[in-house]
Amino acid sequence: MMQKPYNNAAWWLILPVLICVAFSSILPLMTVVNYSVQDIISPDRRVFVGTEWFVETMRDSELHSALWRQIKFSFWVLAIEIPLGIAIALCMPVTGWRASATLVVVALSLLIPWNVVGTIWQIFGRSDIGLLGASLLYLGIDYSYTSNPLHAWLTVLIMDVWHWTPLVALLAYAGLRSIPDAYYHAAQIDGASKWAVFRYIQLPKMQSVLVIGVLLRLMDSFMIYTEPFVLTGGGPGNSTTFLSQYLTQKAVGQFDLGPAAAFSLVYFLIILLMCYVLYNWMQNTGAANKDSQHA
Amino acid sequence: MLNKQNLGIKRIGLSLYLLFALLPIYWMVNMSFKTNNEIVSSFTLLPLNFTWDNYITIFTDPSWYMGYVNSLIYVAMNTVISLSVALPAAYAFSRYRFIGDKHVFFWLLTNRMTPPAVFLLPFFQLYTTAGLMDTHIAVALAHLIFNVPLAVWILEGFMSGIPREIDETAYVDGYSFPKFFVRIFLPLIKAGVGVAAFFCFMFSWVELLLARTLTSVDAKPIVATMTRTVSASGMDWATLAAAGVLTIIPGAIVIWFVRNYIAKGFAMGRV
Repeated sequence: MMQKPYNNAAWWLILPVLICVAFSSILPLMTVVNYSVQDIISPDRRVFVGTEWFVETMRDSELHSALWRQIKFSFWVLAIEIPLGIAIALCMPVTGWRASATLVVVALSLLIPWNVVGTIWQIFGRSDIGLLGASLLYLGIDYSYTSNPLHAWLTVLIMDVWHWTPLVALLAYAGLRSIPDAYYHAAQIDGASKWAVFRYIQLPKMQSVLVIGVLLRLMDSFMIYTEPFVLTGGGPGNSTTFLSQYLTQKAVGQFDLGPAAAFSLVYFLIILLMCYVLYNWMQNTGAANKDSQHA
Repeated sequence: MLNKQNLGIKRIGLSLYLLFALLPIYWMVNMSFKTNNEIVSSFTLLPLNFTWDNYITIFTDPSWYMGYVNSLIYVAMNTVISLSVALPAAYAFSRYRFIGDKHVFFWLLTNRMTPPAVFLLPFFQLYTTAGLMDTHIAVALAHLIFNVPLAVWILEGFMSGIPREIDETAYVDGYSFPKFFVRIFLPLIKAGVGVAAFFCFMFSWVELLLARTLTSVDAKPIVATMTRTVSASGMDWATLAAAGVLTIIPGAIVIWFVRNYIAKGFAMGRV
């Protein structure tokens, strides 16, 4: 593999992106930083308070429990959606009308606006008038996502699996289609087992799309807001109050702009840190894999 | 023999998943043909009093159907802008090394991680100051923050799969950069462009918070129009379900067009 040439003129090519993103990103981010160090009493009366809000945020025990719930939720989202998405991609037909039809059906849930997703599951899960609730009741399970915290949590998780697994499946499917037939022929000649084909051909070839899939799901599940807001409103109790929910309660409900801004910066840094660690880990694993193949 | 058995297991597994995927959608379609009264009072697998009323409401009321038009306008704008700025950038990232390249690439990704809830107010202030409130372009620009990084990311992957020898051969043959990019390079990565376009469309189409905050009347998107089915007199479930069914259709058409790009045409190296 040739090294990429070094050329700083490439900055001109990324300039349009920088301008577009900076307009919507840097200015709002600076505004938030600005709020986070002030006590905003009224629009024209504000006091500089330094790091007070940050200290308060870090010591907020409700925030800690929301963060812990969030980490558990995101962990299960990834643990279920990534393997399931890969499995679906492996099972999907390769050619013909079946392939097209499956692709469209798989993608459907992605296209429903998030508030509608929540509303549909709200009815779908009710044991008197919804299909899911009624079926569970028929099986003898006393299911209620409005009063049982565990049921509420599981419902949000299953809803997320239903909603977002297709994203992973589509990415993995695209990755699988990129593997030239020659690889499979070689494996056949070597008498490789199905597992060996998956482990040493399909998985490494899917690596770059899986990095995208894992990071997207991690970021988006960490920011999940609309669906649980509509479905459970964060309850019962606070069993489905994830970070965004708690943040919005603070920002909108109590209208504490300063603390809310400090909170969102801490929140942003947590996501950033997790993504950075995961990104580097996945890149390094991929690189190590490639090395061992060449050796 | 083993292969056939395997195929059977695959088919069954996939069918089970597709069933799971379709059940909530079936329930939504089912609801959209019922009356509100039937939805909340009884459990019926098929509508007892089949009605088109919910769809008629949407198609005869401009405040409803203009929601779809508005959404389509800003989503289309967003997809076009996202792709046109992301293409050169993705090319730069896949072909050259330059000062800070890795940092800029990761910084772009971080823009997808900004929690929307509290950034709403700064966005509101910024767009009011810029005089862009309640315009389609405002929403299209705001959605760039999460779509451009994604488009750059996906396209960079596809472009890295194209051997650099192709670029060099084209330059030797006397192609200028723009001519090479449009005539030779774009056709090679049209699969990536298709996939990126679908993702941009999808994320912009379903986003609610920013779209609702930045619009009021003239550019009000369908996702925001839907929220008015929640009112003091109770939920208008049936109309919401019908509106939900209709929101799937444009996206389903888009995926139908890009399906071939996703299914084949990835013959070149890694995605």
